[in-house]
Amino acid sequence: MDAAVVPAVEVEDLTVAYTGSPVLWDLDLQIGPGTRTAIVGPNGAGKSTLIKAVMGLIEPVAGAVRIFGKPGREVRGSIAYVPQRATLEWDFPTDVLDVVTMGTYGRLGWFRRPGPSERAIAEAALEQIEMSSFAHRPIAQLSGGQQQRILLARALAQDAEIYLLDEPFQGVDAPTERAIVRVLDDLATAGRTVVVVHHDLQTVAEYFNHVALLNVRIIAAGPVATTFTEENLRLTFGGRVGVLAARAGSV
Amino acid sequence: MEIFGDWTLRVVALGAGLLGAVSGFLGSFAVLRRQSLLGDALSHAALPGIALAFLITGSKATVPILVGAAVTGWVGTLVVRLIVQRSRVPYDAALGLVLSVFFGLGLVLLTVIQKRPDAAQAGLETYLFGQAAALLRADVIVMAVVAAVVLLVLMLAWKEMKVLTFDRAYGESMGLPMARLDGLVTALLVVTIVLGLQTVGVVLMSAMIVAPGAAARQWTRRLGSMVTVAAGIGVAAGVSGAVLSSVVPRLPTGPTIVLILSGVVGMSLLMAPERGLVWRRLQLGRLRRRPRQEPVLMHLHALSLQHPDDPEHGHEVSVLRTMNPPDTDVEGALTALAERGLAGADGEGLWAPTELGRREAARTLARLDLEDAR
Repeated sequence: MDAAVVPAVEVEDLTVAYTGSPVLWDLDLQIGPGTRTAIVGPNGAGKSTLIKAVMGLIEPVAGAVRIFGKPGREVRGSIAYVPQRATLEWDFPTDVLDVVTMGTYGRLGWFRRPGPSERAIAEAALEQIEMSSFAHRPIAQLSGGQQQRILLARALAQDAEIYLLDEPFQGVDAPTERAIVRVLDDLATAGRTVVVVHHDLQTVAEYFNHVALLNVRIIAAGPVATTFTEENLRLTFGGRVGVLAARAGSV
Repeated sequence: MEIFGDWTLRVVALGAGLLGAVSGFLGSFAVLRRQSLLGDALSHAALPGIALAFLITGSKATVPILVGAAVTGWVGTLVVRLIVQRSRVPYDAALGLVLSVFFGLGLVLLTVIQKRPDAAQAGLETYLFGQAAALLRADVIVMAVVAAVVLLVLMLAWKEMKVLTFDRAYGESMGLPMARLDGLVTALLVVTIVLGLQTVGVVLMSAMIVAPGAAARQWTRRLGSMVTVAAGIGVAAGVSGAVLSSVVPRLPTGPTIVLILSGVVGMSLLMAPERGLVWRRLQLGRLRRRPRQEPVLMHLHALSLQHPDDPEHGHEVSVLRTMNPPDTDVEGALTALAERGLAGADGEGLWAPTELGRREAARTLARLDLEDAR
């Protein structure tokens, strides 16, 4: 990476622990602005924890996270987060447009309620993810793929610099996967930084240009072409990588 | 005497109604956040506080007793949080632990107190099931103030409350003060529960919190209407419980309110449109019973294509029957199609698709072609 460029996300000596044993250990990572980075690693490697630490949702034991060179707290508005849809309770009494409008709440500030302009932003975000016809559907009636898309639309409504997505492709249908990939392309074209926790090794090279291989520590990070190698995957996943590694290595 | 009775009833009804309103407001969020047990643990954790306050002050004055209740109730929530953060015990188990340990401690203290020779302790056990008739004007004023504060918080921080309830981590990621709002809501919940102890008591207070929200969720699709309906249910149950228990001799107010609420919840679970059991059962039956019309319409369309010069050339029902599996309800399907204006019979009982029906069938065909092409 060019030394003159301020990284979009810079993680330094980060250690995070829940009840004793560390989940992330002395982690260093730099993510350049405008890149599309996959975070790849086995279950329990600390992928979601890393995302949460970057957002400042978790207090680290040690280390620091900087967003465009500043502490995360100062630039909260520049990060949009797309949580795993399974962590939410979807039997909630509201409709799709209302959830997407939540993306504008951060800018609104205290006491102000969303008005027509926030509504318009939300509608545009729904349009972008091809969900306009669902605007007034109760969210309790959505399929998994539709849930994932409106969470992404909500993040789009934030109009952030950095997008952090936690396993957006987990258990979604093919049209949803295509729609998400299209949005990631749009974001890349607009120069936004995209970081995605990703499970499917076979699509890493297709969807992303950078990859960070994580297993409590960073095993390797950098451009997909030079980093996403069989050797590095073996170091990340241990012996379990098997066929997938062979295939991914041949990409 | 009658004026006095009326006045007492008015105070009790007002107090119970306000309690119902606040319970409905806060309970809605507790229900949506899967925190129904929190109210239960909180109210049970208040019992040792009641006993301790009496042991320390030696009096049954309301204020110190309720302060004691609030303190141990609050300590209860802290212990729950501590257990969840510092151990692998899940949230619901932590609530269960706190509930039973604190409640047990409270019962032990109450027993100790009751064994004392003086008579000062008499009546402390009314906090178990509440004694609404003992409500004073001052209690009602306090309750009105709490209701106003809750309403104000909801109005000012509505969108924050919504995010906190649906997706707290997301709210935090945007820099919204989720932790502070959560603390405020929990504090208001503690105050509400403590105030409710006089009316419905330690044991039944959790039902007061959970029931209005649970019932309201069944009837509503938006958070605003759910919270409003829940508050309405709370008020209605509180007031009607107070009135009922004043009319019927020796009917206790608190348990009456909770019984009314249970009835509302039960009815809501059964009858509510879309979500109620009965409604769903009816919907399922309707789907099962409805004859499948689409194949019959397609057959009518196919037959009419055989007569390009007279597309409304009629055919016998028996023709259509041969085109379908033997158990098909061809007549039923035809009747349904006729109701929708897609098919019709002439005077001799010969069936043909209408103009509308032919267009509908052509659309279906086009769609099927498109799916095949994929």
